[in-house]
Amino acid sequence: MTAREDRPGSAGGHDVPGPHHGGPDDDYTPERLAAMSREDLDRLGASYDGVEVLHVDPGPEPGSRLEKRAIRQVGVTFALAGLAAFAFVVIYVGSGWFLPDWHWTITEQGWSAFFTPLLGLLMGLSLALVGIGLVLYTKKLLPHETAVQDKHDGSHFDRVTTGATLVGGLHNSGLARRKLITRSLAFMGGGLGLMLLMPLGGLIKNPNKGNPLGTTEWAKGVRLVRNDGSPIRPGDQEPGSLETVFPAVPKGNVQPDAATMLIRLRPEQVAESQPRPGQANFGYGEYVAYSKICTHAGCPVSLYEQETSRILCPCHQSQFDVTQGAKPVFGPATRSLPQLPITVDDEGYFVARHDYIEAVGPTYWNRERI
Amino acid sequence: MARTATAPGTPTTRLGKAAFEIDDRLIVAGPLRRTLNKVFPDHWSFLLGEIALYSFVVLLLSGTYLTFFFDASMKEVVYNGSYAPLRGVEMSAAYDSALQMSFDVRGGLFIRQVHHWAALLFVASIVVHLLRIFFTGAFRRPRETNWLIGVVMLVLSLLMGVTGYSLPDDLLSGTGLRIISAILLSIPVVGTWVHFAVFNGDYVGENIIGRFYIAHVLLFPAILLGLIAVHLLILVKQKHTQFAGPGRTEHNVVGNRLFPTFAAKATGLFFVVFGLIALLGGLVQINPIWLWGPYNPSQVSAASQPDWYIMFLDGSTRLFPAWDINLPGSYTIPALFWPTVVIAGAMFTLLALYPMIERKLTRDTASHHLLQRPRDVPVRTSLGVMGLTFYVWLMMSGGNDVIADKFQISLNAMTWIGRIGVIVLPPIAYAITYRICLGLQMHDRQVLEHGIETGVIRRLPNGEFIEVHQPLGPVDAHGHGSLAYGGAPVPKKMNQVGGARRAIRGFFSPIEPPARVELEQRAEGRGLSPHESDRELTTSGRPTEGGRPSEGGRPSEGGRPQEPRD
Repeated sequence: MTAREDRPGSAGGHDVPGPHHGGPDDDYTPERLAAMSREDLDRLGASYDGVEVLHVDPGPEPGSRLEKRAIRQVGVTFALAGLAAFAFVVIYVGSGWFLPDWHWTITEQGWSAFFTPLLGLLMGLSLALVGIGLVLYTKKLLPHETAVQDKHDGSHFDRVTTGATLVGGLHNSGLARRKLITRSLAFMGGGLGLMLLMPLGGLIKNPNKGNPLGTTEWAKGVRLVRNDGSPIRPGDQEPGSLETVFPAVPKGNVQPDAATMLIRLRPEQVAESQPRPGQANFGYGEYVAYSKICTHAGCPVSLYEQETSRILCPCHQSQFDVTQGAKPVFGPATRSLPQLPITVDDEGYFVARHDYIEAVGPTYWNRERI
Repeated sequence: MARTATAPGTPTTRLGKAAFEIDDRLIVAGPLRRTLNKVFPDHWSFLLGEIALYSFVVLLLSGTYLTFFFDASMKEVVYNGSYAPLRGVEMSAAYDSALQMSFDVRGGLFIRQVHHWAALLFVASIVVHLLRIFFTGAFRRPRETNWLIGVVMLVLSLLMGVTGYSLPDDLLSGTGLRIISAILLSIPVVGTWVHFAVFNGDYVGENIIGRFYIAHVLLFPAILLGLIAVHLLILVKQKHTQFAGPGRTEHNVVGNRLFPTFAAKATGLFFVVFGLIALLGGLVQINPIWLWGPYNPSQVSAASQPDWYIMFLDGSTRLFPAWDINLPGSYTIPALFWPTVVIAGAMFTLLALYPMIERKLTRDTASHHLLQRPRDVPVRTSLGVMGLTFYVWLMMSGGNDVIADKFQISLNAMTWIGRIGVIVLPPIAYAITYRICLGLQMHDRQVLEHGIETGVIRRLPNGEFIEVHQPLGPVDAHGHGSLAYGGAPVPKKMNQVGGARRAIRGFFSPIEPPARVELEQRAEGRGLSPHESDRELTTSGRPTEGGRPSEGGRPSEGGRPQEPRD
């Protein structure tokens, strides 16, 4: 027989367990284990896992009133859980079949208004009762044991031997000496990493191209229209009122940055009005138009209190004074709402004179520069 | 040698034979036994993390169901479903499908609400779990890694929440999205670039719902799942911490074995959590998106609040003063940047680094497996309460408009109350907590030295009245106890040391004969080993024996009256 044939798994060889085979199986023969009781086997296994059962509080005595009562409780809980589960199935399947329809309509007060609550109630009850039953079972019927398990610190032996294996592998690879391989590996790793990241570049778009942040749909001669598309004439609004207007372009009323507030000031507001420098002629008579997009976080500023001339943003409570060029007077906003220059066209409808002269909406890094 | 069927100990039942067959192939008996025998300490506060885990399971189940019906598209469609008030309204396909699943899918509304409630409970249980870890010092070496993973998971769960509630594309979620857009824009230098990368252009574009969707259903959950696996593996590997108590050391774990007690309790908890979420999802309406209407950039409803876990950011944003920083060259750092990106970033960075910071400051680099009682680490506890005060105050400020409205307070006054409170209250909370911790520590020592106050007043021969104290252990000549504080709760009431009988079970009539209860009680020994159970510390304090507490420790020492305390 050659040496090759000695090896297990080849044509020949001795198929016997190696010297590291065994462990507890050597100490405990099948005969010895067979002679032990189940409890002893349990404790024996536990002790191999570093666990010692210190104390067992047995469950209630079999056949005792206490046990019968506990069994009844657990049994009833599980049964009720099953009942609720079946009721869920009946309601889910039966609605619209032998029960009234589950489709909810806004005037409905009957079955369909109870459909979702009933589903939740029954599923919730069913699941919660399963949980309660399990906890009752554990608390009332299972023996209560107190076990203690040893906690092992790291083993010095393991560290040293594992370290030797690792360092040995590294040493055999010769990477410490074979500098060319190390360097080419590092180069390759860097290149590969970068290459795999590159497709993310598809996400990047230049925000400064064409100034999308600084422009809106407003332009010279674009009419101010209501949400329904109807144009507005001076005199349509009561003094002191506010109307949200949009540019008369397709989908103008859902443009994220074009919404504008057209405000007709009361005479006393006009008297005390202090427009921003250079924007005195942006209004038209007693009408002024300001961007509705808050300069803080971009929410639509919506609440106009005409007695105090303040517009409030409901998101973070910035307040703007319409008589001072919509200057922020309270809250976290830092900039005035941009003012839209308006006039009326030949037919007497409000139009924009040109786009906003600054970016509407939240402040950003290079906003002042474009 | 091959095992024969007649070998002793081989199973004779079919189940047993099958088990042997399986183990012949997979060799799992050893690892399985080790798993079943693993000991878990028994304390309610160790279940908080499990609640988070189970909520996550519910989230995965309900969320997968919702994906069958949700269409993450911003394409304009006209609603034609069964909710009459919105019929004929133009809206995005996302909102349309969210309405369809609420009104036209059998049980869809229920599952949607289950998903939302589970999300709220998920974040809440993570936060409470984190507080438990923090205040008991469970993050100390060797568990810093798991603390870090936990903080990352908290941040991820917030991101899950944000991306999730943006999906229906209703008016409320659109308002949130607009603020997210503004926050991205506010980042100095790269803000607009980041915004254009996330939104694929200017706000709002047509891609954001689809992108949030894939992040919400694949990206973040996958990372979370991986982190949960690592979190649990490390937990199992390092074994659970435990509170100090009899027999508990740094080198053991005292509790129940996994099988069957702990497994049964944990499974029970899972069903209770699932059941509770289902009850909430069915009975308590949440986010009725059909009332908000489709998103329109020019509309908003008053009192738009985010889900509770984002409210602190809303609050900080409301309170932060209007301070744009204008740099030379007409560059601006927007005011919005500080209360959102910086505060949130600083809070989570501090949280993540806290174990390292504490290790540096206390120079405590030892491994700890026994938990600390919050009172024993007053600085950490006070810091924690301080941080919590800061957080809760910001959270309440996130609803300051609602408070102002309901309590008829000026909105501007609420803002100023918030601004002043967020600076003044945390230090006050620190000082008060510190005093409470010291007071509790002192009281523990006092009880250990002088005994439990029994409430029994005795008149001495000289006419002086004293309260009788029950010592907890042996006393010296002056009646002072010699027990040292061990980091475990000290009994403060006679009932805790056996002053009361065990309750006799049974609602209308006793189900156990009272005499047996007494016998059992005696056998229990109240924490003493069985052979000691006869000389209970407080036998003489029991009502059966006249209700006279012993005054000199053990009866064997003759019950000498305790010296009155000075």
